[in-house]
Amino acid sequence: MNTLAPNGFAPARYTRTAISLHWLIALGIIGIFSLGLYMTSLSLSPTKLKLYSWHKWAGITVFVLALARLAWRLGHRPPELPAGMPALMRLAANGAHVVLYILMFAVPLSGWLMSSAKGFQTVWFGVLPLPDLVSKNAELGDLLATTHAWLNWLLAATVIGHACAALKHHFIDRDDVLTRMLPGAKA
Amino acid sequence: MKTSTLRQTALAAVLGLSALVPAAHAATFDQVKAAGSRVDFSYRQMGVAMDGKFNKFDARLNFDPAKPEAGQATVDIDVASVDAGSDEATAEVTGKTWFDAAKHPKASFKSTSVKALGGNRYEALGTLTIKGRSQNVTAPFTFDPASGAFDGSFVIKRGDFAIGEGEWADFGIVANEIQVKFHLQAAHK
Repeated sequence: MNTLAPNGFAPARYTRTAISLHWLIALGIIGIFSLGLYMTSLSLSPTKLKLYSWHKWAGITVFVLALARLAWRLGHRPPELPAGMPALMRLAANGAHVVLYILMFAVPLSGWLMSSAKGFQTVWFGVLPLPDLVSKNAELGDLLATTHAWLNWLLAATVIGHACAALKHHFIDRDDVLTRMLPGAKA
Repeated sequence: MKTSTLRQTALAAVLGLSALVPAAHAATFDQVKAAGSRVDFSYRQMGVAMDGKFNKFDARLNFDPAKPEAGQATVDIDVASVDAGSDEATAEVTGKTWFDAAKHPKASFKSTSVKALGGNRYEALGTLTIKGRSQNVTAPFTFDPASGAFDGSFVIKRGDFAIGEGEWADFGIVANEIQVKFHLQAAHK
């Protein structure tokens, strides 16, 4: 059960499911992004093939978690932004969250399409082949590779801004914006 | 019956019966059309199916469907013409730990016997030599006399030919089994 604010509309904290998905995906994104930066610096070797596969398997997993995350979000109203928050800040917060949701899908999708265009079908965990939504095409492959890179840098920037904003709310505004997304305290 | 009608009937009967005998033209297919022919292969890396091919090869064959056991084929492949499915892979496999194209520029298949399996199916036994190593190979194929097309495939183990040595000998990364598929377009004289 989630304790509601006195007016009975929005809850005071995020649900345990929302919190779990948030941090699972956060860790996933940080790990996959780092792996992506490292693996593309390697010259061809068995290790490179392994890392590329793990990167793609993890990416698809996060894509699936993001779907679950979105479904949960659509069915469960999150806490309200703090009462005194200026309109511009609200816009920035809501805008950033929308961008994060979009990128959580756009980034793995661009990677999946890029892989197909480069002639590598994605086989989840080496057992479940995902369909090639586009055919092998060198130019398209390069375009999607650039797209994947740009979307990733945008994601990185948004995540950093998101994390900094949460820390600002916690240490400067001294509100519960960060703590209500932390596991532990009961709703 | 009158003599002429009897002769006509007999002639019709002979012609009709001969239509039941399979057309055994002495047609020897020995002219391979390089343009319509292919030598492809497929392999798996980390569970992902990849396709490759050899762009240059010289196939010489001699095959008469009426006398399949006398059939013979030799295919010489220009190893450096390989396309392993991606630029990176292609550059890698011509190297020393893989095909070593510099030292072994040709891979070849030489048939030693052909057997008819019934219908348009046959089986060629032969020796496949890659990277200086030879293995016996059984290559089932079909032959379509109307189009002169030979189509077949067989599986080889890259480990038998030391294709992918050292760190690449791990079959968990690049699988051992490589499926070779050929389509040879031939004409008869």
